[in-house]
Amino acid sequence: MNEIPLNHILFLSTALFFIGAYGFLTRRNMITMLMSVELILNSVNINLVAFNRYLHPNIDGVIFTLFIIAIAAAEAAVAIAIIISLYRKINSIDPEQAEELKF
Amino acid sequence: MSAYQIWFYLIASMILGGALLAVTSRKIFRAAIALLVSLIGIAGLYYWMHYEFIAAVQTIVYVGGIVVLIIFSIFLTHNPGHTIEEPVNIREAFAFAGCFAGFAFVFSLLSRYSFEQTGDALNHTMQVADVGRALLSTGAGSYLLPFEAVSLLLLAAMVGCIVIAIKTRAKN
Repeated sequence: MNEIPLNHILFLSTALFFIGAYGFLTRRNMITMLMSVELILNSVNINLVAFNRYLHPNIDGVIFTLFIIAIAAAEAAVAIAIIISLYRKINSIDPEQAEELKF
Repeated sequence: MSAYQIWFYLIASMILGGALLAVTSRKIFRAAIALLVSLIGIAGLYYWMHYEFIAAVQTIVYVGGIVVLIIFSIFLTHNPGHTIEEPVNIREAFAFAGCFAGFAFVFSLLSRYSFEQTGDALNHTMQVADVGRALLSTGAGSYLLPFEAVSLLLLAAMVGCIVIAIKTRAKN
């Protein structure tokens, strides 16, 4: 693992973060927006684990990653419940069609 | 090039390729499968960094849990063969420009700063028992309170999902 500098892993997670951000900004479908959010959360996890591996001889980063994974699972479940409930109401999951709470 | 480097670049290309497909594919089911590939790649990256426990958790929770949930919700809300709407052109251009500028900014910051490796961190091995001890003890460097808070959060999320998604029957 010595041969790969920490910077390369950070470049990877930066690229993953901005790919997720791009998807979140351009998609017009709530499920794919949720998928982009998962990518963003995963890029943060990669950062935490990589810093823990290279700079910190302890397991704090790993514990943080575990908590983020648990919270992401809860978030995905609630988001999908909201999406399904919205689909029943307006028969679409385009966020621009969901105007009931707009004003 | 050693095997370690080759594995890293293979895993990185798998992660980034899957992520790119997941945000650009016009077929929603293909996007979900590409997300699956990307998440498996991230589990492989954790394995590459010798955190086998995190790799297992990532595989179980993300690949086995969240992606399956997403695929279920696709089945519940889409007709088969449905293609996603094209993004609005002007918004796509601005999003691309913004994300590219942000990536270039962070890239230039990171490439100017070199992180010094600390030797003992690379040789540190994590035992699963350490994780259990840190999660279930009090005192310095332990996480009992956040652990209990997350268990409450999961309970609240479970009840909340049922309440939100339950089918209410109209009274006559």
